[in-house]
Amino acid sequence: MGNDREVYNYGVVYKFALMTVVWGIVGMLVGVIIASQLVWPQLNLHEFLSYGRLRPLHTNAVIFAFGGCALFATSYYVVQRTCHVPLFAPKIAEFTFWGWQLIIVLAAVTLPLGFTSGKEYAELEWPIDILIAVVWVAYAVVFFGTLIKRRTSHIYVANWFFGAFILTVAILHIVNSAEMPVSLTKSYSAYAGVQDAMIQWWYGHNAVGFFLTAGFLGIMYYFVPKQAERPVYSYRLSLVHFWALIFTYMWAGPHHLHYTALPDWTQSIGMLFSLVLLAPSWGGMINGIMTLSGAWHKLRDDPILKFLVTSLSFYGMSTFEGPMMSIKTVNALSHYTDWTVGHVHSGALGWVAFVSIGAIYYMIPRLVGKEKMYSTKLIEIHFWTATLAIVLYIASMWISGVMQGLMWRAVNVDGTLTYSFVESVKSSYPFWAIRFLGGVLYLGSMFIMAYNVFMTVRGSKVSNAVVPPPVTGAVAAA
Amino acid sequence: MTDDILKSGLISAGWAWYVAIFTMASLVFCLWILRANRTQKGEGGKDVKLHGTNQWDGLREWDNPLPKWWSNLFYITVFFSIGYLLLYPGLIVTPGALNWSTDSLHRAEVQDAKKQFDPIFDAYMKQDVKTVAADKGALQIGGRLYQTYCVQCHGTDMRGSKGFPNLVDNDWLYGGTPEAIKTSILDGRNGMMPAFGEQLKPDQVTDVAQYALSLSGRSSAPDAAKRGEETFKTTCAACHGPDGKGNPALGAPNLTDNVWLYGGSVAAVAESIGKGRQGKMPAHKDLLGEPRVHLLAAYVFAQSQSQAGSK
Repeated sequence: MGNDREVYNYGVVYKFALMTVVWGIVGMLVGVIIASQLVWPQLNLHEFLSYGRLRPLHTNAVIFAFGGCALFATSYYVVQRTCHVPLFAPKIAEFTFWGWQLIIVLAAVTLPLGFTSGKEYAELEWPIDILIAVVWVAYAVVFFGTLIKRRTSHIYVANWFFGAFILTVAILHIVNSAEMPVSLTKSYSAYAGVQDAMIQWWYGHNAVGFFLTAGFLGIMYYFVPKQAERPVYSYRLSLVHFWALIFTYMWAGPHHLHYTALPDWTQSIGMLFSLVLLAPSWGGMINGIMTLSGAWHKLRDDPILKFLVTSLSFYGMSTFEGPMMSIKTVNALSHYTDWTVGHVHSGALGWVAFVSIGAIYYMIPRLVGKEKMYSTKLIEIHFWTATLAIVLYIASMWISGVMQGLMWRAVNVDGTLTYSFVESVKSSYPFWAIRFLGGVLYLGSMFIMAYNVFMTVRGSKVSNAVVPPPVTGAVAAA
Repeated sequence: MTDDILKSGLISAGWAWYVAIFTMASLVFCLWILRANRTQKGEGGKDVKLHGTNQWDGLREWDNPLPKWWSNLFYITVFFSIGYLLLYPGLIVTPGALNWSTDSLHRAEVQDAKKQFDPIFDAYMKQDVKTVAADKGALQIGGRLYQTYCVQCHGTDMRGSKGFPNLVDNDWLYGGTPEAIKTSILDGRNGMMPAFGEQLKPDQVTDVAQYALSLSGRSSAPDAAKRGEETFKTTCAACHGPDGKGNPALGAPNLTDNVWLYGGSVAAVAESIGKGRQGKMPAHKDLLGEPRVHLLAAYVFAQSQSQAGSK
């Protein structure tokens, strides 16, 4: 079995890990720019740099470039290590890296130029869609190929989540991107009317559920127990919440279309399965946080663990907030307001980015054969700056969101609206300024990370970690 | 049952039972997976063991049971959902015991609003616009309506912008009487300046533009204006009148008052002549109903009276 000279494929993991930091900075920088454009509209300097063009660039960059690279890096790292075999098809793995970078660069060029299919989180035009499908199938080949040739008898829980994420995103992307090209840069959706809307939000919500949740739970299930040096809290909980989560997420999309042309029954189902989703989501949070039982003291001086555990707290918070916002009467207030923006960012900055940052800090020194990051102190500073940034961001969005919702629905005794729309815009300015400040702080903390990573890897080569044979331990008592 | 489905076009009615059964089965699946993994007697506590014998890169899992409060939370949401599906539309094949729908909710809200607010507006309908325009309370309501429905084009200060008339400059395309204003809002207006670019040579267009400007004493090229006069008399006077004072019945602007809806430069006026202009004031009869338009007209009239001359 395990031969002494066999080594893990860290090369492709290392490249994806570095690009996670780079694209994180780029994506968040674009976010800060559009946040500033809301405060100072005169900063819409050119059509290429206007809010409408940059907003999809921001979402694509943070989700698919930053989040995507983090998922590639961690899943490639975790799947080989927990299967005790090197990555399957290393050349195809290399292709996924360069293919994914090409897609990101094409997105960064075409979106500002105004080429868009107009579907949120799926704006890229059809030639890029095809490229995404090809790279994604290659990713599946590498991941599932590695799983198949594993040396362990069972599959580790992190890989269930990575596997579900890879499989489902392939289906979501291909179905939602079905379109009729009319030229190289323009296509029309294969669906029309309310069906188009429903398929778009079936895709949109599952992009949240599988890309931004299942995939990152995969990260959590490896890096939290590793960093805490404790076994995962409950096998049974992981089993139940895994199946319940991937099963119920599929139904939740219609909550994005409350009070629209979508029929009532579809809206009801979307709301109910979003409510049912609360417990399966919290199952992941509980399993992660309870893994620390007996190791809480480690939180005091381990900022990497702080990132990981705080990410779980934000995960728990936003997966409570989400089901609440899916209730139709709550949604009537929250929909189309900044509350949604705040909700998304407590998930994106607090959960997705924090768990990725923790995992990157864990992997980087190991990938270059070092004991730890260049500076633990800087990780600590990164953690506190970023946490403060999130608090500023989501608190300001909560206040402005609820305020907008209340202003829009306020009526006078004669039935006329109390506020004109522009008055609600005017009242939002102070909160948009606070949000901008939060964004600047978060972006700034990413530069601290970049410096720390640079100083850690400077002058080092990718490590040739030897693949150890799997251990089958006797059942140990607690 | 199928009204909703067919109306929406989301799915064909043939799928109704399939979707309904699958929805229920999915909730039952959640109950089953919880039940199948429920805590056995004596499980948990201090002597919990590690699960199985597998290790993955040194990682293992405890055999802790499902937290009780967590299972209960899960059960509650599933049972709530089943109850909701019986009461509200959700299972397609039945509208739900309460017979509730978004349509019925909307109808009820509209009815309530009518009952509450219509008397206020109906009372003003009994007075003519001019009388209403002198009523402080009416103007307050009219102002709120204006800030909701009119500001997008005519601006918060009522001074409009390019292509959207200024309402307080005492200059009216279709007349500034209370009745004319009300008609403009109620039925809308279609302003139509035909394009003369095909019919006239570019030089002629510029000449006519110069002549039009000369009517308010703004021409910078008297020779060109003189040449343009001939064309004006034969082509433009039909609508704008031989003296250029316009015709409110057609919405043809007065060219002598130095108010320029699309800009008063030579180039802008030449563009109006060469390419024509399309001005559209939408009708608000169906959107707002006559009583609200009545108040709006009063408000606009009152503002135009009090602010006129302050441009």
